[in-house]
Amino acid sequence: MGKERINNLFNENKKEILSIYLTTGYPEIDSMPVLAEKLAEAGVDFLELGMPYSDPLADGETIQYSSSIALKNGIDFDQYFNQAKAVRQKVVIPLLFMGYFNQVLRIGIDTFLDKCVDSGIDGLIIPDMPPEVYKNKYKPIFDKYDLGLSFLITPTTSDERIKMLDELSSGFVYVVSTSSTTGKTNGFSDSQIDYFKRINKLNLNNPMVIGFGISDKQTFRIANKYSDGAIIGSAFIKALKGSKDIERTAMEFAQNILK
Amino acid sequence: MQYEVDKLGFYGKYGGAFIPELLHSNVEELEDNYLKIINSDSFQKEFRALLRDYVGRPSPLYFAKRLSEKYNTKIYLKREDLNHTGAHKINNTIGQILLAKRLGKTRIIAETGAGQHGVATATVCALMDLQCVVYMGEIDIARQAPNVSKMKMLGAEVRPAKSGSKTLKDATNEAIRDWINNPKDTYYLIGSVVGPHPYPDMVALFQSVISEEIKKQLIDKENRDYPDRIIACIGGGSNAAGAYYHYLDDEKVDLVSVEAAGLGINSGESAATSVLGSDGVIHGSMTKLMQDKDGQIIEPYSISAGLDYPGIGPLHAHLIESGRSKVLNATDEEAIKAGLLLTRLEGIIPALESAHALAALEKIDFKPEEVTVVNLSGRGDKDMKAYLVSAGKHIKF
Repeated sequence: MGKERINNLFNENKKEILSIYLTTGYPEIDSMPVLAEKLAEAGVDFLELGMPYSDPLADGETIQYSSSIALKNGIDFDQYFNQAKAVRQKVVIPLLFMGYFNQVLRIGIDTFLDKCVDSGIDGLIIPDMPPEVYKNKYKPIFDKYDLGLSFLITPTTSDERIKMLDELSSGFVYVVSTSSTTGKTNGFSDSQIDYFKRINKLNLNNPMVIGFGISDKQTFRIANKYSDGAIIGSAFIKALKGSKDIERTAMEFAQNILK
Repeated sequence: MQYEVDKLGFYGKYGGAFIPELLHSNVEELEDNYLKIINSDSFQKEFRALLRDYVGRPSPLYFAKRLSEKYNTKIYLKREDLNHTGAHKINNTIGQILLAKRLGKTRIIAETGAGQHGVATATVCALMDLQCVVYMGEIDIARQAPNVSKMKMLGAEVRPAKSGSKTLKDATNEAIRDWINNPKDTYYLIGSVVGPHPYPDMVALFQSVISEEIKKQLIDKENRDYPDRIIACIGGGSNAAGAYYHYLDDEKVDLVSVEAAGLGINSGESAATSVLGSDGVIHGSMTKLMQDKDGQIIEPYSISAGLDYPGIGPLHAHLIESGRSKVLNATDEEAIKAGLLLTRLEGIIPALESAHALAALEKIDFKPEEVTVVNLSGRGDKDMKAYLVSAGKHIKF
């Protein structure tokens, strides 16, 4: 299905779209597939499956923590793909991998993309892959595969650059709500709202999905008001930390946002 | 110049700016302005004056007579150890602090391993009256207490990096995150020829004063402006980049980089990146780095805190790949012995980093008339503990 599955979701004209980020291998090495299944069951619209990295520059404390636990648990590449495959067999919603460029390079871009397709992954978020280098060097390889690719836009990105990033993206563009690493803000300021409005006015080709700083029903609502969907990451990982029944926690977390 | 950085910040296939979009505007501001500012007359005037009057440059090029006799050749030491704060690091921090001021920044952040770059940064922040935050791995804070005290005395705040392996690589990650979160007022002062473009080029430029001086000094001493060989240690590679800079295109000068082999290349406790590493991205730059089969970065080891970095600067990756520089390595023990030898032959206690460069002397076949320059990047005051423990096995104190 690939990017078509993502396109279909945004073409449904749903009022609000919720995506949740999970760290593969956290809290236990095999937690991700069961959590993914519960989240889908609760009505989450698509999932971002994190590939834990030793040096996650674009992530905040919470996701760095869950990544380090996952790596200690022994998570590795084979398991990212095997677990994604297991999720694909259970759920019909779009699945995205989120990881760092060095991981993709190490396994080989072609091999990586091929395995993503084989595992039922529909799209990718690689925050430190520079768009200029992608355009000049890697785009022809990515184009061979039918996967969505979401570049990040931030409050400091110029309009001109936003358009370039939109051109290079497929599936959706990832709108980072704040000039700050994940998991740091509470609520949106006026300047953030202005920033969302500014992007709306640009009439981008792709749907826009807001991430970073969305932690509860209220921020989820506001984000959806100014975009096509919202991603929750750190708040979900925090909810799992210390939970005695993670399946129930996941279910309740999603239900609380969506009710 | 064949080894110059291209428009996108690459040396051959290495370098570039592999950064999250969150950092793009920070790096772009620097990229758009650094050459213009550095090449301006007012910058050069202030930079040169501080290097002379504050750092104490030019640093001497000293003919090491007894060391030369031992190896039956001509060995010169470029005395970066005599700089203010005890190493070459200050050349770069002076340059970057002047740049930061001209960019209107009011807050400086830096990463540090052993604390040398942290001290050099805290020093220039005191000099320029700018707020200073230094990120340092929690483990390094514990084992480098004197430098932590120095930074605090200089007015810097030392923030422990508690993530990952709690060492230099993680301090660098934390500093980068701080920069993401404070894009407007904060300047990130990187300590080596690593990081996203334009840092590797900029730091090499500031350190290039080393080879600029070697050129002039050799005319006096050898009646020619080049040596046959330059030897320097590399962790990230800033002292080597500075010592090589004006000779990069001069193929008759052999460039010898010495990596830290730790307990031995294949011991699992090593920092010999060019041997153990492979191509990948670390701290925003495509280079050679130590990583596992999944691309997770491996924590290196060396007795020298300045050399235990899991990557090397992209310029060095390019020099190695193209065959322009040769890489040798030295174990902890070889470095300690070389440091001890220099101490007894010349009365100079070298930093453990520089001792690795000296250890390479044992591994080279010299001709008597050849001229070799060893870049003595720093002094050994900070390493007395390691010397006392390890050298104590070989001599009596």
